[in-house]
Amino acid sequence: MAANSITPKDLPEPRYEHGGDDHIFVELDQEMSFDANFRAMAVTQQLRERDLPGVTEICPANASYLLRFEPEEIGPNELVDEVKAVAADTDISSYEWETRIVDFPVLYQDEWTHETLMRFRENHQDPDATDLEYSAELNGFDSVDDFIDAHTGSPHMVTMVGFVPGLPFCFQMVPREEQIEVPKYVQPRTDTPSRAVGYGGAFTAVYPVQGAGGYQLYGRTPVEVLDVDQELADFEESMVFPNPGDILNFRRIDREEYDSVREAVEDGSFEFDTATVEFSPEEFFADPHGYNEELKEVLYG
Amino acid sequence: MIEILAGGISTTVQDTGRHGHYHIGMPPSGAMDPYAHAVANFLVGNDEGAATLEMTYQGADIRFTEPGVIALAGATMDGELDGESVPMWEAIAVDAGQELSLEFAVDGTRTYLAVAGGIDTEPVMESRSTYTLVGIGGHEGRTLEAGDELAVGEATHDRGALVGRAVDDDHVPSYDEDTVRVVLGLCDYRLTDESREELCSAEWTVAADADRVGYRLEGPDMEFESREQPFGAGPDPSNVVDLGYPVGSIQVPQQPIVLMQDAVTGGGYATVGTVISADRGLLAQRRTHQSVFFESVDVDEALDARAERREALDKVATSLSVDVD
Repeated sequence: MAANSITPKDLPEPRYEHGGDDHIFVELDQEMSFDANFRAMAVTQQLRERDLPGVTEICPANASYLLRFEPEEIGPNELVDEVKAVAADTDISSYEWETRIVDFPVLYQDEWTHETLMRFRENHQDPDATDLEYSAELNGFDSVDDFIDAHTGSPHMVTMVGFVPGLPFCFQMVPREEQIEVPKYVQPRTDTPSRAVGYGGAFTAVYPVQGAGGYQLYGRTPVEVLDVDQELADFEESMVFPNPGDILNFRRIDREEYDSVREAVEDGSFEFDTATVEFSPEEFFADPHGYNEELKEVLYG
Repeated sequence: MIEILAGGISTTVQDTGRHGHYHIGMPPSGAMDPYAHAVANFLVGNDEGAATLEMTYQGADIRFTEPGVIALAGATMDGELDGESVPMWEAIAVDAGQELSLEFAVDGTRTYLAVAGGIDTEPVMESRSTYTLVGIGGHEGRTLEAGDELAVGEATHDRGALVGRAVDDDHVPSYDEDTVRVVLGLCDYRLTDESREELCSAEWTVAADADRVGYRLEGPDMEFESREQPFGAGPDPSNVVDLGYPVGSIQVPQQPIVLMQDAVTGGGYATVGTVISADRGLLAQRRTHQSVFFESVDVDEALDARAERREALDKVATSLSVDVD
C-alpha cells in the first residue's frame, strides 16, 4: 500500500532570529513534519548536554526551538555560532531515543466540554454543528464515531509542551494524508474546562487548567497533566507529566471508567499505565502503522 | 511578620523569577519592573533577588508586627505610616504595630515594597514569585487579601545603617517615557511591508485587560502577506505552527500583544519582534489608555541598552552599599 510509509523530508535552511537581546529563535521549517520536530528535539538535547554557560532556557517546539541566555555570559552572535556548530554535528537519520508510551483515557463527547462548546457557538465556524461534527465532516469522515476511531486509531507524539505549564501539543503518528487538520475557533473562547482534549491546526492539546482556549473541543480526560502539589506518584519529580518525545495513546472510555479513574486521581492512588520503548524514526518512517501496533503491543500486550 | 489589612487591586509577592522551566510551559514570573524591584531591595540592604510586594495601581494597607526597615520604589503612591506621609525611593523605619496605608499610583502602574530581610514565603522551584494561573509561589499562589500574614527574613543590617538612605534623583526613572525599543524579527516576514512599518510608527494604546501575562495594545489592524498556509498552522493568516514565544515578544493575532513575565510560553500566532530587556520594565509601567510607540533597534543597540541599565543599577547598589565594620 503506497501511503503506508513516510518519506523523510529535506528541511530548508534553518532561520536563526534574535528575540531581543536575550533570546534566540530557530525556525527549522514553516510547516509541521516529524523531520522538523525530531531535529528540534535532537539539537536541543545536544545543547542541553553541551551545558553552555549563560544559557538559561532550552525549549524545543513543534518545528522550531527557542533559547534564552544571559548576554553578559555569552553574546547572541557567539551563541548562534555555537548552536550552528551543534546543529551541524547532529544527524537524526540514525538517531534513536528512549521514550514512554502512555495509555491516555479520554471521555469523548463528555457533558462538560459539550456545555462549553454550546455556550460559545457564536465564536465558531459552524454554529449549527458540534466541534466533533464539524471536524468529522471537514476531514471527510461519515460520522463522529468514525472520526473518533481515527483520533484514537494511532498514537500521538508530544511534539511540544507549553502555552501554560504541562500542556502537551500532540502530533498523530500517521502519514500526512491521514493527518486530521482543523482550524481554531474564529474567536477564542474565554472559557475551557480543565482537562479538556481539543484540536487545532494538526495538534491535539490537553488543557491542564480551566481558562481561555481556541481549539475544537472533543472530550475530557479524567487524568492530570499538571499536579502543582505533586501528590500523584507520576509527578514526584516534576509537576508536569508530559515531556516532548512521549507517545500518548488516546483511548476512548465510557462514563463509568471516567468516574472510576477520576476517583483514583482524587484519592491520590492513580498511576499512568506506561511502558518504556526505544523509538527509532527510521523504523517508524518505513512502516508507521506496523510500528504503532508494536508500540501498543508493548503497552497493552 | 507583616499583616495585610487591604490587598489593593492586585498585590503579589515577586522576586527575580523562576528560571529554567520555560520548556515545560512555566513562565518566569517575577517583578514586572525589575529595576524598581531591585532598587527597593538595595535601599533596605537586601540582595536584588529578595522577594518584594508588587502592588498594581492601588497600594496595600499593611501592619508591621515587628520593628524593621521598608522602602517603596516604582510608580508614585502617596502613603502614610500611622498618619505620617512616607517618601518613595527612601529607606523608612517602621515600629512594631505601625500601619502603612497606600493610595493609588499617580504615575506608572506598579510599586514595589521591600522589607529588610525580604518577604520570606516558601520558594517553589527556587523562586518566591507568584504565578496565579496555576497557583504557585508567593502566598498560597494568589494575590494578597486582608488577613494574610507574611513572614519576613532576617535583616542583615542594623536599622540605623539603613534608615534615611535615598536614591538620588538621577536614578529615579521617569514613567512618562512612551517609547519602547524592539528588535524586529522572529516571524515578521508574515507582515506586509506597510504593516511592519506601521508597527513602529503607529500610536498604540494600552488596553484595559493588559496584565502580567500580556500587554494588549490597541491601534491599527496589522495585515499579513498572503500565502498558502503551511501544514499544521491552521488557516488564519496570523497562524503559524505553534512555536515558543520569547518573553517580551510581540504577537499579532491582529493587534499586538506583548508577552510579559507571566507569559504564555508558546502558541500559534505569528511573533514579529521582541521588546528589549532594558525596556520591558518601562512598558510594564504604562497605564491603561496611555500611548506606546515602538522604536526599531538592532541587537547591538539592545545589548548597549541592557549594559547601561545594568550599570545604572550597579551605581545605585554601590551608592547604597552598607559599610560593614
